[in-house]
Amino acid sequence: MTTSNLHMYVMAVPLITAMFVNMLGRISPKYVAPLTLGALGFSSLASLGVLRQVLEYGGYSYTVGNWAPPMGIELVIDPLSALMLLLISVVSLLATLSALPMVAKEQAGKEHLFFTLYLILIAGLMGLVMTGDAFNLYVLLEITSITTYGLIAMGKGRAPLASFNYVIMGSVGACFYLLGVGYLYILTGSLNMADIASILPQLGGGAAVATALGFILVGLWIKMALFPLHGWLPNAYSLAPTGAGLLVAPLMTKVSIYLMIRVMFSVFGADYLFVQNPLVQSGMVWLASAGIICASCMALAQRNLKRMLTYIIVAEVGYMVGGVWLANSIGMTGAILHIVNDALMTLCLFLVVAAIAYRTGSLEFDNLRGIYKRMPITMAAFTVGAFSMIGVPPTAGFFSKWYLILGGIEAGHWEYVIALLFSSLINAVLFFRIIEIAYFDGRGEQGKIQRDEAPLIMQGPLVLTAVALIAIGLGSGPLVQGIIKLALPAGF
Amino acid sequence: MSYHTSIWPLAAVLISLLGAIPIMLSDRRPNLRESWTILIAFTKVMIVASMLPTVLNGGGFVFTIAEVIPNVPIELRVDAMGMFFALVASILWLFTSLYSIGYMRALDEHDQTRYFASFAVAISATLGVAFSANLLTLYLFYEMLSLSTYPLVTHHNDAEAKTSGRKYLTYILGTSIGLALPAMLIVYSFAGTLDFKIGGILAGTGATPQTLALVLILFLFGFAKAGLMPFHGWLPAAMVAPTPVSAFLHGVAVVKVGVFSILRVIFHIFGPDLLFEVNLGVVITTIASITILTASLVALTQDNLKRRLAYSTIGQLAYMILGAGMLTAAGMTGGLLHIAMHAFGKITLFFCAGAIYVAAGKKYISQMDGLGRRMPLTYLAFMLGSISIIGMPPLGGFISKWNLVIGAVNGDQLILLLVLLTSTLLNAAYFMPIVYRGFFAKAADPVFDEGIKEAPLFCLVPLLATACASMTLFFYPDIFLRLAKLALFP
Repeated sequence: MTTSNLHMYVMAVPLITAMFVNMLGRISPKYVAPLTLGALGFSSLASLGVLRQVLEYGGYSYTVGNWAPPMGIELVIDPLSALMLLLISVVSLLATLSALPMVAKEQAGKEHLFFTLYLILIAGLMGLVMTGDAFNLYVLLEITSITTYGLIAMGKGRAPLASFNYVIMGSVGACFYLLGVGYLYILTGSLNMADIASILPQLGGGAAVATALGFILVGLWIKMALFPLHGWLPNAYSLAPTGAGLLVAPLMTKVSIYLMIRVMFSVFGADYLFVQNPLVQSGMVWLASAGIICASCMALAQRNLKRMLTYIIVAEVGYMVGGVWLANSIGMTGAILHIVNDALMTLCLFLVVAAIAYRTGSLEFDNLRGIYKRMPITMAAFTVGAFSMIGVPPTAGFFSKWYLILGGIEAGHWEYVIALLFSSLINAVLFFRIIEIAYFDGRGEQGKIQRDEAPLIMQGPLVLTAVALIAIGLGSGPLVQGIIKLALPAGF
Repeated sequence: MSYHTSIWPLAAVLISLLGAIPIMLSDRRPNLRESWTILIAFTKVMIVASMLPTVLNGGGFVFTIAEVIPNVPIELRVDAMGMFFALVASILWLFTSLYSIGYMRALDEHDQTRYFASFAVAISATLGVAFSANLLTLYLFYEMLSLSTYPLVTHHNDAEAKTSGRKYLTYILGTSIGLALPAMLIVYSFAGTLDFKIGGILAGTGATPQTLALVLILFLFGFAKAGLMPFHGWLPAAMVAPTPVSAFLHGVAVVKVGVFSILRVIFHIFGPDLLFEVNLGVVITTIASITILTASLVALTQDNLKRRLAYSTIGQLAYMILGAGMLTAAGMTGGLLHIAMHAFGKITLFFCAGAIYVAAGKKYISQMDGLGRRMPLTYLAFMLGSISIIGMPPLGGFISKWNLVIGAVNGDQLILLLVLLTSTLLNAAYFMPIVYRGFFAKAADPVFDEGIKEAPLFCLVPLLATACASMTLFFYPDIFLRLAKLALFP
């Protein structure tokens, strides 16, 4: 047990900095970059410290303002939430480096507004992974959603419409979640997750508990865009400002999956979910498999790099949801490892999208001809990200897929195994189609293509992420043994 | 058998991978770039050869790169079977490097830097496959080879090259992800390890014969680089690549990596005893026999020389798998030996095809009548290579084919004996007319009779050298024979 409150600073610093960004940014946009980077740099270091503490001394809970649970709000810092905290802060730091020039170009004059929402969103995500209170989770969920609506609406063209669509779907999801929490509160008289978890088994299941579970899960599935509730995502993410997409695409769906894991195992418990309701369990794996296959096929139909990636995100959600509902420790390990890997792979590819958008302004396949000659470093990183998505060893994507498929084999869910293999093959087609266009087309046409790379501040995070994908792949042994084994929910 | 931890296996694999960097940096200075290629190729042979004595004495080397999955590290290990393949690949790479320089310069090819860099990565991956200590490591290098050879297949950047590249990736990547990967995972879920072990790791794990049969078939087709029908279509398509690529990659490295992977699975994942017990050898030999006969028949109909060689390769690769599937001592030895014997023979033939293209600009057999009088040395080498593939003395191919025949007889598998004999006749039927018409037919082009004009020395010397090596292997097959015996019966 430790009395550290380092994790509070991880969340509070971006939140408070958001206010300063708003105020000072009005005076001059030059204050925005140092403030934002400083806050996120601090959060990254501090969350690394939190993770080290947790690994050394074990997880702990923290009562905010010293109000004792179940009345007060409790934060739970265990290996899983500490890992998520680190992931969020590092991904957002890398995304910000690339977002800064992008926003200065796309949303000139509105940088301070953009980064205010941006930092509040990051603080909200950090709060989400720490909270141990079901209602507090709802509040934070709304904070992240509302900031995201704002960020997306800052895009050009049809972005406000896509954002409006997202507002409707997101609000429906939030309502479902809140209704579920309401049921739980009526049943148990508590909003604290641990407290609810200790009372629920005494109630012996029943229709009311099942309804609560149903509402909460459907609410979260809308937020994470699980097929067939994904309709809002492709438009919202592809029309969002490039700078917003950089942050939202890698993190939002992954945090939602974390929330699903949290609610499933910290509130309802593996026994209730898997042993008492085996039909739901296997039904979910089927649904996830169908989602993977359908979303992969829809990705095939896209002719724009960014839109294609959004459908891949939907397919990847199916990977992780399926892994969680396989109900064995290998699948769970795969799901958690894939949260980390997928966040980095998506980040890598969206950084590429940002770099290309910065230089050419278009992500239609037709405009990617010969881009290898023009932006060799960006495209080298793209290739690594693509290989990771396909699942080529030793990139990170291969190893999480390994655990997920192995979990599917152990659980006897062959439909899930087939869906994963199918999706890997489709990804190979998707990415090699682009590699072919970007590498072989447009050679020799209109003279020699000039080298025209993105600015260094965009290339840096890109190269770093690509290297991280390989490093995490090679280091996946220690990562799984040292962190993820400890992060598995109780009962695995 | 004892393995020492040593950095040498890693060095052998990495040298050409790291070598790709100076090659790319010397983009503007071709002489320097080619010196790097030669230097790296030579050093590689030396490193591999320096490990040979230890392996012949029953030892070996091991190097763990990373612990990635419980019980399955990414690990390199030099054992007899790996050494066998590494020796063949690294020696032939040296010849190919020399030949490449002659070929690429004579034709003044574009994008030579990309070509030499991809080539360097590909040979790294090939040695990685040879020295893999477990199936996961093998899979890693297998995929690396697929991806690094893609730019070589699409070298010409035109529509035909792109179509072939697509076909290549679809077959190779599609089968490895769709078939070999699940097979590997099923093996892991039964055995809890993927280590290559003499006698296999699947015996006594409770896998039913049906599961074993499924896994075996997934592996046979999943490693599509071995070209077993119906997953052979990529090989003829890949012939659009420059000839040194076809020679080394599609005559030696890529296709042999496929066969090597399948043999590893048969010998060291299943184990011959287990396969014999559940009677799965017949699955292997049936698929291989069909491939041998069909490929040889199709080869007869091909007028494009490289395509004929490609179909011949498909048939010969199936010989190696056929031998392993016999599950008799001589059959398995013959299968493994054929990797080396065929490699030296086939690379000679491809070198000749390239030399003919460079010196005379001919691709089609029907246009080559009388060409032997213009390029006598090339045609002599072509004849030696053909004889080796057909399997007649005094060339190396005879040794492996003899073992295969003995293996078929020992196993009382007379139908396989029939397959071997039929195929030998077909091999002769599709190779000998080329040689005969080259020397004796009326010249297709009057210029053929106007004196001798061979390909540049950089092309000619390597092809004569491999032809001589092929003959030497008939008289001194000892090293390869000993390695094969060590690999199978330590």
